[in-house]
Amino acid sequence: MRIAIASGKGGTGKTTVATNLAWVAARNGRSVAYLDCDVEEPNGHLFLKPEISSSRPIGRLHPAVDEEKCAHCGLCGEICQYSAIVCVGEKVLVYPELCHACGGCVLVCAPGAITEVLRESGKLEIGQAGPVRFVHGVLRIGEAMSTHLIRQVKQAAPETDLVIIDSPPGTSCPVIESVRDADYVLLVTEPTPFGLNDLKLAVGMVRTMKLPLGVVINRAGSGDSQTAEYCRMQGIEVLATIPDDRRVAEAYSRGVLASEAMPEIRTRMEQLLARLCGATALCEVRL
Amino acid sequence: MSDLIGILSAGRKPVKELAVISGKGGTGKTSIVASFAALSHSSVLADCDVDAADLHLVLDPRVLRRNEFMGGNRARIKSGHCTACGKCEELCRFDAIFFDGPGNGIVEKTFRVDPVICEGCGVCAWFCAEDAIDFGPVVNGEWFLSETRCGPMVHAKLGIAEENSGKLVSTVRTSAKRIAEERQLDLVIIDGSPGIGCPVIASVTGATLVLVVTEPTLSGLHDLERVAELTRHFGIPTLVCVNKWDINPEVCERIEARAREEGLGLAGRVRYDHAVTEAQIRGKAVIEYAQDGCAADVRAVWSVVEARLNGSACPAGEEL
Repeated sequence: MRIAIASGKGGTGKTTVATNLAWVAARNGRSVAYLDCDVEEPNGHLFLKPEISSSRPIGRLHPAVDEEKCAHCGLCGEICQYSAIVCVGEKVLVYPELCHACGGCVLVCAPGAITEVLRESGKLEIGQAGPVRFVHGVLRIGEAMSTHLIRQVKQAAPETDLVIIDSPPGTSCPVIESVRDADYVLLVTEPTPFGLNDLKLAVGMVRTMKLPLGVVINRAGSGDSQTAEYCRMQGIEVLATIPDDRRVAEAYSRGVLASEAMPEIRTRMEQLLARLCGATALCEVRL
Repeated sequence: MSDLIGILSAGRKPVKELAVISGKGGTGKTSIVASFAALSHSSVLADCDVDAADLHLVLDPRVLRRNEFMGGNRARIKSGHCTACGKCEELCRFDAIFFDGPGNGIVEKTFRVDPVICEGCGVCAWFCAEDAIDFGPVVNGEWFLSETRCGPMVHAKLGIAEENSGKLVSTVRTSAKRIAEERQLDLVIIDGSPGIGCPVIASVTGATLVLVVTEPTLSGLHDLERVAELTRHFGIPTLVCVNKWDINPEVCERIEARAREEGLGLAGRVRYDHAVTEAQIRGKAVIEYAQDGCAADVRAVWSVVEARLNGSACPAGEEL
């Protein structure tokens, strides 16, 4: 069972929910993997404090041109939709940071002058955080595209009953890559106008992808009742509310798992897990 | 005409761009930008958080012009022509092609491109022997030229589950800058998105100054280090502001020490204040809603930022 934790707005508590849920589920005897797909700003490790057993560089492909073989036909520049390879007279220019690694230029090059080379774009780390299996990706600074690394993080997921996918914020490509093959998407929001606006965008995204979804309202009581009202009107199940409590924020600030520091948060997370069981088929794979 | 504008504006100082980013999401970028908008009297606002834009909720823009955004092409298989040879599926590097399209007179099932996953590379269409794949431009979103109580604003809405947010950010920035030139306003304030990837890079490259809004948490510290490396990579002067600093004064000090080590300027601290949420619920910037508390802190941060934009080398808030 793969559960993706997402949100339109940043800083609503995705990582708090994802790490605490993974920890609580593992403590309750399930085999759990936590995948941090927020490769631009991964933070799950600050809370789960994994022992990393393997760290390897991840590369991204981009074309390299053998000028000797090049016939200057210009087809590579023609097929490339991203202006990552351009023919100017007798010269072929490559812009690796624009390349999406679709492989089109290699395929159209009749003389076989183009090969693909790897350029390091980040790293993939695998480890163990107490009972939780841990995987995250760390994007190299200055790298614009992250979806390839997210794909690698997901491919490195160990075989477990429960996989928790911690997604990046937003609603565009990196988020889609993170949630695309999840069995269920849990959207974490806060009851403020910004939180609600971005929740609506995230719901639109998840519905376009035809995935089942539920909502967690974090910092409940800090804003207004519009978010709960919206969920009711839309028929979206609110699986948990986490009260607005300065102690949760302070635990977070120190990199402490709230459910370890506060028994009432642990109870909430256990209830969330139980409700997720109800909302999905997770209970069928209980150990 | 453009020559004429060039001549007329030759004597003017170039438009400055302040990009407000954070690395970590939810640190208060947009709330701070809304207050800056209300404090600055000659700026254009550019909401570059195009996949989760929120600035309009506070500034309540009146849209003057709506524009379609076409950021790229997309493939679509014409099921009537598909012979299910599977070449497209074999070549697609993005796993965007599925064998679940409707049947036709030739085959029982055809291939289908998932429009959400398709990255618009066109390889499938190029190599389809049956010429069964359409490949053409799609509307990825919309962008708007608007007027607000705090000045002109350019904002956008990326379509649901769409690509090309970096290109849309560039579109928003370019047109905000053009409006600033036309109206002789000297500053564009950019509300950026979280992270360090493509939309953030598009928001900061070539900016005059970056303000990083962070929070006193280990995540905030970790993400600040990465975002600082990003602005150094692009050679952009950077200031740091710690929002909700009193949540953890010790981590706040670590962040400021770290910022100094990295050679970043400090723009000040903003205290945790429920007035931020109250103002947001009322559609106001916090400085429009309150005088004391964090509103006073935000005013102080703005004066540091403004001084830095106006070229004073050592902002007043450098030493807290």
